Amino acid sequence: MDGNMKNTLEKISTLFDSQRLAVLSTQINAQPYASLVAFASSDNLEQIFFLTPDTTRKYNNLITNAKVAILVNNSLNKVDDIYNAVSVTGTGTAFVVEKANKQESLNLYLKKHPHMKTFSAAPTTALICVTINRYFMVDQFQNVVEIQVSS
Amino acid sequence: MKPLLKIEDLINAGISQVGGKAICLAKIHKQGFCVPKTFCIPCRIYEDYLTQTHLKDLILLEINRKPLKQMRWEEIWDISLRIRNLFLTTPLPQTIQEALSGLITHYCGTNAVAVRSSAPGEDNQGTSFAGLHDSFLNIVGAEDIIKHVKMVWASLYSDAALLYRKELGLDIHKSQMSVIIQELILSDRSGIFFGINPSNSTESVIESVYGLNQALVDGDVEPDRWILKQSSGKILSHIEPIRKRYALPDKDGIYFADLSEKSIQKPPLADEEVLQIWETGRKLELLFDRPQDIEWTFCNNQLIILQSRPITTAGFKKTDDKRTWYLTLHRSYENLKKLYDKIEHHLIPEMIREAKRLGQANLQTMTTKLLCHEIEQRQKIYDHWVKVYWADFIPFAHGIRLFGQIYNDAVTPDDPYEFMALLENTGLKSMERNHLLESLSEMIRRDSVLKNILQDDLLPDKDHPFMSLLDKFILDFGDLSCTTGSGNECQYGNEPIIRLLLEFSKQPPRQKNLNGPDIKILHENYTNSFPRNKKKFAEEILTLGRESYRLRDDDNIHLGRIEGRLFEAVSEGQRRLSDSLLKKEDKNMLLGIPALSVMSEGELNSAETDIPEKASKRWFKSRQIVGHPAGPGIATGKARLIKKPQDLLEFKQGDVLVCSGVDPNMTFVIPLASAVVEERGGMLIHGAIIAREYGLPCITGASQAMQLIENEDQITVDGYLGIITCKTDEL
Repeated sequence: MDGNMKNTLEKISTLFDSQRLAVLSTQINAQPYASLVAFASSDNLEQIFFLTPDTTRKYNNLITNAKVAILVNNSLNKVDDIYNAVSVTGTGTAFVVEKANKQESLNLYLKKHPHMKTFSAAPTTALICVTINRYFMVDQFQNVVEIQVSS
Repeated sequence: MKPLLKIEDLINAGISQVGGKAICLAKIHKQGFCVPKTFCIPCRIYEDYLTQTHLKDLILLEINRKPLKQMRWEEIWDISLRIRNLFLTTPLPQTIQEALSGLITHYCGTNAVAVRSSAPGEDNQGTSFAGLHDSFLNIVGAEDIIKHVKMVWASLYSDAALLYRKELGLDIHKSQMSVIIQELILSDRSGIFFGINPSNSTESVIESVYGLNQALVDGDVEPDRWILKQSSGKILSHIEPIRKRYALPDKDGIYFADLSEKSIQKPPLADEEVLQIWETGRKLELLFDRPQDIEWTFCNNQLIILQSRPITTAGFKKTDDKRTWYLTLHRSYENLKKLYDKIEHHLIPEMIREAKRLGQANLQTMTTKLLCHEIEQRQKIYDHWVKVYWADFIPFAHGIRLFGQIYNDAVTPDDPYEFMALLENTGLKSMERNHLLESLSEMIRRDSVLKNILQDDLLPDKDHPFMSLLDKFILDFGDLSCTTGSGNECQYGNEPIIRLLLEFSKQPPRQKNLNGPDIKILHENYTNSFPRNKKKFAEEILTLGRESYRLRDDDNIHLGRIEGRLFEAVSEGQRRLSDSLLKKEDKNMLLGIPALSVMSEGELNSAETDIPEKASKRWFKSRQIVGHPAGPGIATGKARLIKKPQDLLEFKQGDVLVCSGVDPNMTFVIPLASAVVEERGGMLIHGAIIAREYGLPCITGASQAMQLIENEDQITVDGYLGIITCKTDEL
């Protein structure tokens, strides 16, 4: 594996491990919408999971239009964040994980967010999986790399 | 806390507020030794200034733009220059300005003072970083004193301080600087005392000059030197220099005057004065419990202590990396003037003669033995000139920096690189070469018959004006394929250069950049920023800066010619080695030459594999790469990566030159380029200089550009922001 790519994937993995929350972008009728979600990712970084009540705007949006973007960053609300923070955007397709396939993904999710167990068990809570197509990692203010993880 | 403390208040204020140097002076004063009238601006004022003006945030942005450990010293100098300019252009908050200005006027009036750094931790036990931070002499009046206080604060981020940031513990969130304002003593004689001779711990050392100490510290005047027995003060030896000059204060700093005949003959110190200094040094050693490094002066025969700090063994000069060499690049104006004379009148003419002499030898008719001898000789000659390059040419480039700093101090422009406009268009050798290339291209443009002949790989008659000019070009600058600096082989014949000329002729000639600022106005503003008695000095520094700028490029062209002669000889050896009819004896002889043995085919192949493999694969791509904006403008074109000299010959009109470092011997393709991207960093490096001459967008310090960009990638170079954007697939 190319060194740069390997380093980048490691950085993304480290960032995902260090952060609990991500910003999810959905859209409906050409109107973008952003929400904060508690996320977890698969080890190979090809999927990102989060939970949401099925009554929410974000749920409605992604059911209508599955193309989403999700952003994770480690800024600390300081001036030097602009150079020191790392930000990763993943673009991909979201779908609701069906009950039959849910347990393995849910275990992965709850390993990172054990306090969400009760929330996850509610009949109105959906487990969403975003299959990532491409990652965009920004560091050092404007250094940007792109990684295609699945076509 | 008051913005200006008296010497009696310093011990109470504590080292964290006034720094080690100020505390030492306060203790010396308390013990009854004579010290100049001393005041101190505590760290708190520095901190308030940075916070209230948001300067701290701007410094953070500068320091964090790229990891310092990834930066070359040229980039670090750039950061330091920008930070210094931020301090110069950011006024003190009004309340601080009024309070400080009032106290300075009250205590100092119109007396001349010295403005010195006193950073907490600057002279800690175990580490001494004397000289990393600035001091200024002979400053008069509150306004000018405050300006120099800001320059001392800025020196917390001097290039040297940034280089030694780990040892200094430089942390932007915590680092602070207090400033000493000290009455300037009109010294008869002055000097330093070293309690322990660094090369012999049983000895002490005294050095002394007539006049101000600054000349000794800067190395501009050679001192008398006494070696003493450390335990008794007995004089063991006295080394006398040829005494000529001494430094005196004048309205804006110091100047040099010739010594009287009497002073030339007489050492600055009598033996009893040497003993008096030694005794004082011993007393201070007892006071501080460590051998001291003391600056002292005599005024009306009274010994006055200017400063005292512990001698340490872990100072920055002990490090065994390139930083020590880098610090030697800081040269005074006096030193640079001497260096200019040496380079312009001795070294460069000698290089030209050498290259010409080597060019006269006919390599093809030499026996193998003679050829081997020739290659070895040329290697030695080239190695010699590389040493000269590092010892004299690179340090002379500091002239650009010295001018830049003096310009910024005087003019305080918003753009810290405004000074560059006064250095450009000074007749670079590489521009002369490119002009000659352009003349040849113009001949092709205007003469379709000539163009057709050349396109058919033929040449016009020998007496055709094109051929005379081409011969002149090759005589003056070589055949280009040999002189590309990082190359190891030459392509004989006119074919490479003609291919390049045909490419040049496809487009109208590129004009030199004419969109810059009005040089006449800039020049006037610059000289008007100096008082009448300093205008001559301002012009001299500008001349030095211009010569430094010109030679920074020219010396590489001259070195490239000598290197080209070496490559010619090596190429002839390679040509013979590839001849299957070569006798075994001759082959062994040739392979015994290091330059040829490492260039055997296998080595060549392995060298090829050393070139970093392209990072981009189907699913990994760099989208944006950040460097430093080094030439304003924006352009899009195909990336042409220069990994080996021959790549230059593939260069097409509109390509973006992407390389690890632009060598002046490569810059003949610049007129074809739409932009320049260089991995090596710095605003004053060759790529940036030549790109500015042509008004091309340029980015330097784009780390890993050669790995992250693929040949022929469509890239956009934003020379305003320093961002390269690579075209990637749509979302």
